[in-house]
Amino acid sequence: MQKAHDLKEYRKELRESLDNDFLRTTLDNFAVAYRAGRANAFKDMDVRGLIRDIAESKDEAGRNAQALFDEFRKNAEAAGVHVHFANDGDEANAIIAKIAKDADCRKIVKSKSMTAEETLLNHDLEDAGLEVTETDLGEWIIQLRHEGPSHMVMPAIHLSRFQVGDLFTQVTGKEQDTEIEKLVKVARRELRQKYIEADMGISGANFAVAETGSIGIVTNEGNARLVSTLPRVHVALMGIDKLLPSLHDALRILKVLPRNATGQQLTSYVTWITGANECLSAEDGKKEIHFVVLDNGRSELLKDPLFSQVNRCVRCGACANVCPVYRLVGGHKMGHIYIGAIGLILTYFFHGKDKAKNLVQNCINCEACKDVCAGGIDLPRLIKEIHARIQDEDGSPLPSFLLGKVLKNRKLFHTLLRTAKWGQKPVAEKDGFIRHLPMIFSKEHSFRALPTIAETPFRDWWKENRPHVDSPKYSVALFSGCVQDFVYPEQMQAAVKLFAANGVSMEFPESQSCCGLPVQMMGETKASRDVAAQNLRAFEPTAYDYIVTLCASCAAHLKHNYPKLVMDKPSLKLRADAFAAKIIDYSSFVNDVLKVKKDDFAGTSEKAAYHAPCHLCRGLDVHDAPHELIEKSGMEYVECAEEEVCCGFGGTFSMKFPELSAELLAKKLDNVEATGAQTLLTDCPGCIMQLRGGLKARGSSIKVRHVAEVLADNKK
Amino acid sequence: MSSKETLCRTFTEKAELVSAVVTEIGSEDEALKYVIDLCEKKEVCQLLASGYEAGLSNDAEALCDAKQTKVIAAPGLKADLYEKLSALSEKAGFECIDSGMRDRLAGVDIGFTIAEYGIADTGTLMLDCPAEDLRLATMVSEIHVCVLPKSKIRANTYAVEKMMLTRMKKTPDYLAFITGASRTADIERVLALGVHGPLELHILLLEDN
Repeated sequence: MQKAHDLKEYRKELRESLDNDFLRTTLDNFAVAYRAGRANAFKDMDVRGLIRDIAESKDEAGRNAQALFDEFRKNAEAAGVHVHFANDGDEANAIIAKIAKDADCRKIVKSKSMTAEETLLNHDLEDAGLEVTETDLGEWIIQLRHEGPSHMVMPAIHLSRFQVGDLFTQVTGKEQDTEIEKLVKVARRELRQKYIEADMGISGANFAVAETGSIGIVTNEGNARLVSTLPRVHVALMGIDKLLPSLHDALRILKVLPRNATGQQLTSYVTWITGANECLSAEDGKKEIHFVVLDNGRSELLKDPLFSQVNRCVRCGACANVCPVYRLVGGHKMGHIYIGAIGLILTYFFHGKDKAKNLVQNCINCEACKDVCAGGIDLPRLIKEIHARIQDEDGSPLPSFLLGKVLKNRKLFHTLLRTAKWGQKPVAEKDGFIRHLPMIFSKEHSFRALPTIAETPFRDWWKENRPHVDSPKYSVALFSGCVQDFVYPEQMQAAVKLFAANGVSMEFPESQSCCGLPVQMMGETKASRDVAAQNLRAFEPTAYDYIVTLCASCAAHLKHNYPKLVMDKPSLKLRADAFAAKIIDYSSFVNDVLKVKKDDFAGTSEKAAYHAPCHLCRGLDVHDAPHELIEKSGMEYVECAEEEVCCGFGGTFSMKFPELSAELLAKKLDNVEATGAQTLLTDCPGCIMQLRGGLKARGSSIKVRHVAEVLADNKK
Repeated sequence: MSSKETLCRTFTEKAELVSAVVTEIGSEDEALKYVIDLCEKKEVCQLLASGYEAGLSNDAEALCDAKQTKVIAAPGLKADLYEKLSALSEKAGFECIDSGMRDRLAGVDIGFTIAEYGIADTGTLMLDCPAEDLRLATMVSEIHVCVLPKSKIRANTYAVEKMMLTRMKKTPDYLAFITGASRTADIERVLALGVHGPLELHILLLEDN
C-alpha cells in the first residue's frame, strides 16, 4: 500500500525498496522465470487470437452488464442463492456483516478475493465483532502481519522464509523451522482447525456465468473448496466485471488466466458452484449462499469510451510480472491495493486521485504490460491519460508546463536547442559528452553521462548535402525526431547515405518538430495534441511511399498515437490514418523493403549485441529485422540476455525517477557486458543516449551505435 | 496411433507435469487392489500431521491425536464396487467409509473416487460432486486416488462444455476441475504440495473398450 503524499516522499519510499536485497533478488528471479514459464505454457497456442477474443467478449459483456446481472440474478435465485447488489464498498461490507449477523455467524474463513481487499472487508467485519481468517497461505501471512498484498496472485512475494518462520513462531507459540515445506504444513494444520470452527465462508469469484447463475473460482491451494463446503453459510463477493454471458466465455478466459498469472496450464482447482448445495451441518441440509455483486464505480467506467476497456481485466497480475519497475520496487510501491499497471489505473478509480497521483508517474512506457495483458488493455495509454487528467485538475508542475509550452512552438524550441549548443561550450568534452552536469540535475543523475548538442543539426546539414537520386525506386520522407536532429545527426546522415545508394529519393519536411512523446509522457495532453497537428500538417502522406524514422519511440508514437490524438478533428483524423500507415522504422525499411543483401557489405566479423528498444519490439512488433541486418552488415550477432527488456531511459521518466532509471540501466549493461561483444547496436537514439551515457560512466570500452551507422560504414 | 491413444498419452504427460502419479489399469478390481496396496504402504495418517512434527498451537494440537486405524473414504461409488472395497479393506485391517466425512475433517488416509471426464490438454479430472461427502473425500484425504475411464478423456475444456452445462443446469451443482495435488508457491515462490487438500494425487487410467 503506497502512502506517500508527494513525489518526493514517494521517491524516498522507492529508494527503500531499492535497498531491499531480498526483494530485489526474489523479483529478479521471478521476472526471468516467469517469462520462460509463460512462453512455455502458451507454446503452440494462438495467444494473440485468444486475447483478441477475450477482449471482444469482455467488451460485449461490459456493454450488457445490466442485462447480464439480471439474468445471473434470475438463474442464481432460481437455484436457491440470495443475490445482492452493492453500489460501493461500504455497502457490500454492510451487506455481508448483516448476513453474518442474521445467520448468527461468529467465525469466518475466507479464500482469496481482491475485491474484498478493494472494499477493505476484513476491517468492517472485525469491527462488527467477527473473527476473520484468511486461508490462502499468502493472504494469511499478510493478514497476520497486518499488511496489504504486494502481488495480486502471490500476495506475500515480498517476504522471506525467515520472516514467515518468525511469524509462525509467534502465532503458534512454538518455535518453528524455516524450511518452506514445513512452514506450509504448519499452515495446513492451523488453518484446518479454522475451517472446522467457521460458520461462514467468504470467497471471491473469477467468473459469474449468467446463463446458469453459477460462479467459477480458480485456486491452487483448494482453500476455496473448503471455504465453500464446510461452513453453513457461503458468501461470494464479486465485481460486475466478472459477469459473463456463457460458460464458454469463462472457459476461454480460463485458457489465459493461469498461464498468464503463473505460467501454469491450469490451476490445481477450478470450482463451479451453482445453487444452494448440500451442506450436512445446516439445519435443512442446504447451504445458505449469498452472491454480493459490487459496482463501486465500475458501471461509470463502462460508460467511458476510453476507460471501459478496464473491464477486460481478469486480475491475472501479468502486468506486474513483466513490469521492469515493479521488478525493482515491488508491489507495495506499485499500487494501493491492486498492483502493477492495472493497479495504477484502478487505484485512481477505486481509491481516488490522492492515492494515484504519484503512482501514475511511475510508468516507463515500455509497453511490456500491454504486450501480455489477457484482455489486450492498452495499459500504458490509460496510465498516461490518468496522469493527464490529474494534471488538468490539479494544474501542471512547472517543468512539465514549460516543456509543453516550448514544444508547441517549434521555432522557439529549435532556437533553444541551438542556444544550448553555445551554453554548453564551457562544459563540453571532445568525446561528445558534457563534463559535469548542469546545475538543474542533482547528483542522482550521475549514473550516466549526457551528450552535447551537435555542432550542426541534421536540418542544416540536409540543406547543404541533400543527395539527388535519379529514377528512384522509392520516394520517402524522413522524420528525424529531436534527438537525431540536434544531438546525433550522424545517425540520420548514415541513413541518408545508404538510402541514396539504394535508389531512395528523400524529402525532409522542414516544419517537422518533436514527435510530442515527451509531453505526452508528462501528461500534457493539450501540447501533445498541438504538436501532433503541426507534424501532420508538415507531411503530405500521399506524396511518399513511406515515412521513415530512425527513432523507435517516434515511430510508435506517430503510428499508434497520432490517429488517437486528433480523433476529435475529422479532417486531421483521415490525414493521421494515412500518415500512420506510411510510418516505418529504419530496420524494417532497410531489411524488409529495400531487402539489402549480405554481399552489399564488407564485414569485419566482429561480435555485436543488440538492445531491442521497447517501442520497436513491442510498439511495432519488430523482432527479427535488426538481427538480420546485423548479420548482413558482416558483423556476428550475439544474443544478449533480456534483450527486449527496457534500458531505463523512458524519456522524461529517467529525469523524474533517476534512481530507477539507473538500476534498469545497470542490469541492461551487465547483460551486455556478459556477451563479450565490443559493439552494442540498437534502433533508438533515446536508448543510445542512455546506454552510451551509462557505459561512459562505467568507463567501459563498448561502443553503442545505431544499426544505420554500421550499415553505412560497412557498405561496399 | 488412434485418437483415443493420443488423448491418453497427452493426458498422462500433462498430469505428470503437475506431479500426479498416473497408472494404467485393466479393470476396476485392479483399482481396488491399487488402493489397498497404497494404503498398506503408506504411514498411518497422523491426523493432519502429514508425517511431520511441528510445534502446533494448542487448539490445532488437539486435532492431531494419532489415530489407530487407516481410513479409506469412498463416498459415491456404485454399491457393488463399494462392497468389494469394503471387504478388501476389512481384510487388510483398514476402515472403509462412504459417509460421515464431517466426523473425519482432521484427515483420512485415502479418498477413492471416479472421475466423470478427463481433459487431456491440461491433465485435468472433472468431478461432479454436489454430494458433500464426495467433495470432502477429495479434500481431506492425504492421498486422493481417482479412476478415469480412458473413453472419458476429451481434448480440452471446450469438449466438456456441454456436459458441464447439463450438470450445472440440474441445480444445485458443485463441479470441480482437479489438476494435480493441492499446491502453493506463496513462500518465496517455492512449490509445496498439500497446503490444504491432498498431498498426492494418483490417477488410474482404466481401459474400458
